[in-house]
Amino acid sequence: MTTLDITTARSVPARLRPRKANRPKLGHTAVGLLMLAVMLFPVYWMVNASLQPSGNTLTADFLPLNPSFEGYEKAIAQQGPNLLTSLVISLGTVVFSLAVAAPAAYMLAQFRFRWINAALLAILISQMIPGIVIANALYAAYNDLGLLNSIPGLILADSTHAIPFVILIMRAFMMRIPPSIVEAARVDGAGLVRAFVSIVLPISRNSLITAGLFAFLFSWSDFLFALTLTTTEDVRPVTLGIYQYLGTQVSNWSAVMATAVLSSLPAIVLLVLAQKYIAAGATGGAVK
Amino acid sequence: MAERDRRRRGFRREHLVQALFLAPAALFLLLFFGYPVVKNVVMSLQEYTTRTFFTGEAPWVGLANYATAVGSSLFAPAMLNTALFTLGSIAGQFVIGLALANFFKRRFPLSGFLRSMLLLPWLLPLIVSSATWRSMLDQDSGILNAFLRNLGVIQEPVPWLTSPSVALLAVVLVNIWVGIPFNVTLLYGGLQEIPEELYEAGAVDGATGWKAFWHITWPNLRPVASVVLVLGVVYTLKVLDIILGLTNGGPANATQTLAVRSYQESFVNFQFGVGAAFSNILILISLVFAVVYLRMNRRAVDE
Repeated sequence: MTTLDITTARSVPARLRPRKANRPKLGHTAVGLLMLAVMLFPVYWMVNASLQPSGNTLTADFLPLNPSFEGYEKAIAQQGPNLLTSLVISLGTVVFSLAVAAPAAYMLAQFRFRWINAALLAILISQMIPGIVIANALYAAYNDLGLLNSIPGLILADSTHAIPFVILIMRAFMMRIPPSIVEAARVDGAGLVRAFVSIVLPISRNSLITAGLFAFLFSWSDFLFALTLTTTEDVRPVTLGIYQYLGTQVSNWSAVMATAVLSSLPAIVLLVLAQKYIAAGATGGAVK
Repeated sequence: MAERDRRRRGFRREHLVQALFLAPAALFLLLFFGYPVVKNVVMSLQEYTTRTFFTGEAPWVGLANYATAVGSSLFAPAMLNTALFTLGSIAGQFVIGLALANFFKRRFPLSGFLRSMLLLPWLLPLIVSSATWRSMLDQDSGILNAFLRNLGVIQEPVPWLTSPSVALLAVVLVNIWVGIPFNVTLLYGGLQEIPEELYEAGAVDGATGWKAFWHITWPNLRPVASVVLVLGVVYTLKVLDIILGLTNGGPANATQTLAVRSYQESFVNFQFGVGAAFSNILILISLVFAVVYLRMNRRAVDE
């Protein structure tokens, strides 16, 4: 399923729709709002708790009527460097994943080889391998290579979340590029690489952005590789910072929740910026 | 002759360039998926501990690590917890996800917007969700106990995460919450592909409401539903962030699963060989479901 299906489904001719659908159904909107409120209550509570004065956890108010930014001050003071580390690692993962996955996606979308189905199968299966298996082996290998506690090490490990996903989702977009466009450029003497860079990539800009946002989010959310492949404080992503907050007796929920809110910002940005591509993203990685 | 030679050489060059497009990705997949899987099998047959990193020696021990894993007193509980965690999570996610997908199938003001907002729990870092729920489930200061007490459902605060008898349930509830958006999204997509005409024809024959669901929606949704279920199982089997963030496998090992065992053997006890044995058992179980999934997916694609 792709976004295309959603849009076609939406534009069903009016005569095929049940007649009732033309009247606004405000009752449904009310029930929908209620469901959303229940589902998103934890998110609200995270924001609410982040604005409570610290040390006041026993009587957290339902509304932050007297918002305190103490939690955020602590969060930025204690987790600021970790947020920055996460940002650097995530941006690195985006660049690396797109550079590796985009050409592969193009090739799998536009060329016919007998083994393409086998390659797609391998990519699908790779998404099912538990992260702990990868961490187990990488720890030993990284130890030998000196990649433990390093940003490049985490970028490479985090790319295991992103690369199979980016290949599958970009391939779905690139399958829709008419081969004639590239062929025309080839007739004019452009090589395959040049045609890819100057024609395919610009056409696929939207899918590059979507895939890049997801790659960012995957890497930003990574916890397991941060937990297993870093052992000192040199390189510490913010997910690990939150975990360490949780490990010590939690006495200051407002700082923990403020860090949680700050760590949620990329997800919220993604939801706003790429709303219509997210459904395609959710399914793109799952169904070929 | 020369012309044909040149063309053939051009053809070969073309193929080479095409292969180069795939080479980086192929190399990456080989190094970061192929190697770890093979390395895990090798490690599981070795005595691989912290000492190995100093001496470089990892003596072969045959199946001893598997014997240790299966023979440990935590193996049976971990298997049971893995099964309960997976079944409970999947059942909850699927039923609630299907209900929500069905609800949002209708067209009403803001339906599209509300449906996309519903995705937020899926996009949040799992450790953020764990932290938030941990504060909400706190025995004394958590909002859930305050809420339930105000409703009169409970008299005494429930130690959600600190009592061995309810901790697994609490972890399952949180994982259901995390998994609902994924289920809604895929099932909603499946529902969109059922032709409206079927419902119109059904309505003429008197099939509305539940009848329409059983006779039209469910049979048509089955291929998508099976894929959602199998993928859900494969993803749930390997869940670590939620459990480590909420309970760390405790209290009293009540939330130990195969994935948690594997992590703790390798990175807490530094028994990498035993950890690898646990994770290989996990892979084997996943593999069974993955094969089922691929067979289904192939059919779904072929049709």
